[in-house]
Amino acid sequence: MSIPPVSDATTIAAAISQGRASGREVVASALDRIARIDGRVGAFTNVLTERARMRAETLDAAIARGEAIGPLAGVPFAVKNLIDVAGLPTRAGSKINRDCPPAARDGTVVRRLEEAGAILVGALNMGEYAYDFTGENVHDGDAHNPHALDHMTGGSSGGSGAAVAAGLVPLTLGSDTNGSIRVPAAFCGCFGMKPTYGRISRAGSFPFVGSLDHLGPMARSVADLALAYDALQGPDLEDAVLTSRVPEPASPSLESGIGGLRIAVAGGYFARGGDPEAFAACARVAEALGASREVELPEAHRARAAAYLITAAEGATLHLDRLRTRPRDFDPAVRDRLIAGAMIPAPFVERAQRFRRWYRDAVLTVFDSVDVILAPATPCRAPKGGQTHFVLDGVTLPVRANIGLFTQPISFIGLPVVAVPVRLDAGLPLGVQVIAAPWREDLALRVARQLERDGICTAPVAEIA
Amino acid sequence: MPETPPPFDPHAYATVTAPLLGLDLDPTWMAAITANLGVLAAAAELVAGFPLPDAVEAAPRFEA
Repeated sequence: MSIPPVSDATTIAAAISQGRASGREVVASALDRIARIDGRVGAFTNVLTERARMRAETLDAAIARGEAIGPLAGVPFAVKNLIDVAGLPTRAGSKINRDCPPAARDGTVVRRLEEAGAILVGALNMGEYAYDFTGENVHDGDAHNPHALDHMTGGSSGGSGAAVAAGLVPLTLGSDTNGSIRVPAAFCGCFGMKPTYGRISRAGSFPFVGSLDHLGPMARSVADLALAYDALQGPDLEDAVLTSRVPEPASPSLESGIGGLRIAVAGGYFARGGDPEAFAACARVAEALGASREVELPEAHRARAAAYLITAAEGATLHLDRLRTRPRDFDPAVRDRLIAGAMIPAPFVERAQRFRRWYRDAVLTVFDSVDVILAPATPCRAPKGGQTHFVLDGVTLPVRANIGLFTQPISFIGLPVVAVPVRLDAGLPLGVQVIAAPWREDLALRVARQLERDGICTAPVAEIA
Repeated sequence: MPETPPPFDPHAYATVTAPLLGLDLDPTWMAAITANLGVLAAAAELVAGFPLPDAVEAAPRFEA
């Protein structure tokens, strides 16, 4: 094999398509690294050794016959364990769902990546039922931040961020309801993408908050994100909110640079309430992009509150029967929030949904004069594992409820975001949200690629002690 | 009618609401549940504080 054992997806696919590596070699290398390292990281809950080997052999045989292979040929990937994998119960980070029958087939996103040539090697740890920003899990054990194992990965796609940052696989899929891709991307120092709401099918994944749930990729390079994003698009009648827009690949325009793009920094709400480092990371990105203008997303604090209410109410409704019958099998921290959510009076939720419509219209007006908006991804670096409170801007707050304070007002109206990693110093990484108007993922990816090309945002593999 | 509503008592509210929802609450959970109810009530108050025109409807199918 003529590529390093830890390579990005683009490198692997090129090597395999050019005959410089085989699927079998690449999969064996990934499985070996997972076996050696994941015991300390806790990213995987299931390693699909036989499935991956068989798939690699099938791919190698197809290549030997001269058949066309996809743009992700031979790329090992893994998915958050709320995405269906044929033969596994879709546990969604829970104890309860392990009693469900095994999934009869893979979720749409798994099928899409495998149709593009990628090879599924496992399912990934996550916060219970995705109601989590920490990456901690009382049933499976916590995912650990590969850059400092005693710190949180962020969640709820904690295993997805950790697996990429640790170099176990070059590509993972996560879900993002209020920040669950962007937060672990920031804490683990990798790239993460939350596409526009309705862009990528969620069929065959366990829901959390139907009107806020998104699926998306995480990777160590922007080109890998774009490759995966392009492969993931497409129609699917099984997701009721999926767009009818034709797929709009982003890879072709990825190297177009930022010329002509109007880029601004989110002020007001997004410029306070966090550690100075969070704003310094955003400022570094803005400076590199020449973005000196500031814009305000109106009523962002209320948007976060409304997202909080809708999340609690919709999530609780989904889980009400389980709360009645098996309350002691939940993570207590999740259970108690869901029970409170079940008790929210309907007018509070309806009001939040109506506000959501107003806020969407107001924010879309901002995009009349800008193409891309920058904002911190998290208010701080990754807290210590088990940490329950932190001090933000002089105020002591619960960690779980407040890590997503900068991500929630964005996903609330489904805007596409690429979370980019920033390293200010030798400490833990931070993240910045590169936010675009609905359906303009291409612009967010172009900006992210420019930052990567200029060395402002990089995602090196963590050196695990 | 009083001019201002009585202060919200999350413990009393949870106690009377749980049977309606078919939830059997262990007393040891109440502190966390009521704390969460307090946070949710504050969020609801914040949202309610914004004067929404009557014509603004929730999108029956939310699209970005």
